[in-house]
Amino acid sequence: MSTAETSPTTLEQKYEIAHLKLVPKRHIGRTVAAGIVLLLLAALIRAFSVGQIEWSYVSDFLFAPVILQGLVNTLVMTVAAMAIGIVLGVVVAIMRISGNPVLSWIAIGYLWLFRGAPALLQLMIWFNLALIFPTLGIPGLFEFRTVDVMTPFVAAMLGLGIQQGAYTSEVVRSGLLSVDAGQYEAARTIGMTQMKMLRRIVLPQAMRVMVPPVGNEVIGMVKLTSLASVIQFSEILHNAQVIYYANTRVLELLLVASFWYLVVVSVLSVIQQRIERYYGRGSKSIRASM
Amino acid sequence: MTKDILVKAIDVTKSFEAFKALDKVGMEVKRGEVACIIGPSGSGKSTFLRCINLLERMDEGAIWVNDELMGYRRDGNNLHELSDKEISRQRRRIGMVFQRFNLFPHLTAVENVMEGPIQVLGHPAAKAREEALALLARVGLGDKANHYPSELSGGQQQRVAIARAMGMQPDLILFDEPTSALDPELVSEVLDVMKDLAASGMTMIVVTHELGFARNVANTVTFMEAGKVVETGPASEVLTAPKSARTAEFIRAVHA
Repeated sequence: MSTAETSPTTLEQKYEIAHLKLVPKRHIGRTVAAGIVLLLLAALIRAFSVGQIEWSYVSDFLFAPVILQGLVNTLVMTVAAMAIGIVLGVVVAIMRISGNPVLSWIAIGYLWLFRGAPALLQLMIWFNLALIFPTLGIPGLFEFRTVDVMTPFVAAMLGLGIQQGAYTSEVVRSGLLSVDAGQYEAARTIGMTQMKMLRRIVLPQAMRVMVPPVGNEVIGMVKLTSLASVIQFSEILHNAQVIYYANTRVLELLLVASFWYLVVVSVLSVIQQRIERYYGRGSKSIRASM
Repeated sequence: MTKDILVKAIDVTKSFEAFKALDKVGMEVKRGEVACIIGPSGSGKSTFLRCINLLERMDEGAIWVNDELMGYRRDGNNLHELSDKEISRQRRRIGMVFQRFNLFPHLTAVENVMEGPIQVLGHPAAKAREEALALLARVGLGDKANHYPSELSGGQQQRVAIARAMGMQPDLILFDEPTSALDPELVSEVLDVMKDLAASGMTMIVVTHELGFARNVANTVTFMEAGKVVETGPASEVLTAPKSARTAEFIRAVHA
């Protein structure tokens, strides 16, 4: 490189920069940070590999029938509790914005009560309902002994589903409120009835806002079902515990359970992305990525 | 052109809390006519338009469209409030085009036009699509049928909205400042579609600031201010030789 080029002397040379070589900015901080994190990760992996973990137990029990049965029960409970949660959520959200003061206040009270008390505590209350109501039913019509009805499955389903409904109602409500008032008016002017407007115009648009948080809640519910182990429901964590009470391989079986939770959550995340893309049709940001 | 009365409003009054938006507004629109409503913002023009198709509830007064009393059913000496379903039935015959288009963003242009005919009128999908495509072609958007509203310009969206209103084969179309939200260079494409629609004999009530459109297309012009009708008459008279000083002042101000 000649000296004439490094320090331009004439005005023409000063503006003549097209032939110069471009040196990219260096990201030293970025490189250092990545190095530190990788080092820590390596240390963690080493710790697990030299730790007192009998990996053979993990692989032996990964597909054990008891574990797989627990996995199925976890999935069934997730679906059942979320179904109750979503139905309650939609009903309570509509009650809340219905303009009927009694319905609206009941919706607010429901939210306050079931969002306020811990989920574990609610499960235990449902499971122990027989202590205060020995029988359930309508006098003269039918009656059951509470202990017969309130099995671990039913108690967990009600406990998880009803507290979930409180959270989901807020998601549904924010979804309904996100739809522009002009959409309601346009639907009315083409002669739609209230129900048709909700179904064809409002809900499809509200779904776009509701799917990501509801997806989160489904994933949260997969993990929340582990609370049902406390009331003896045979979901995956409970079954892993049953095994390690017998063979004392506590951590190995907890890793088996972790593995299955991660598998289920990964699959659900992919499904969630698909659904988001479907309800995002017609909106600019999503289309750019398709 | 038959000259029977399609829209008749008597003493329409509406308050928003302390604010009197409409004060005994009356109006008459004959079948096949274009009626423009002009006036400063806040004068009640849009509110009046929204009372016609029951988007707003009026406090007093009455409106008939096609000899049907809007919102009520007369039974001897009683007026029964109509149910949600009956109101929907009345609204089918009245199209509306909004300032902010209000197309359904999750549906394509052609689906926006088909939605009412299929869901409300119960037309078969194939027939509805064919008619919707014909309407889109009529408003010059035959090639945009499968585009979503977010992919269309404001002028194109408004033309789809007009096609959507026409798709219901209404007796009457209400236009609520249809060009006010548009970039200036897109105004004429929407006005051209409206002119074409007027020429085809559609009855239209248009709230607008486009006095040129009113002069060229409207049969009658009504000037409103502070919730009252100040002056109404044939377009040529109201716009060129207004009787009220206030009307003249407004027209001068818009042209300035």
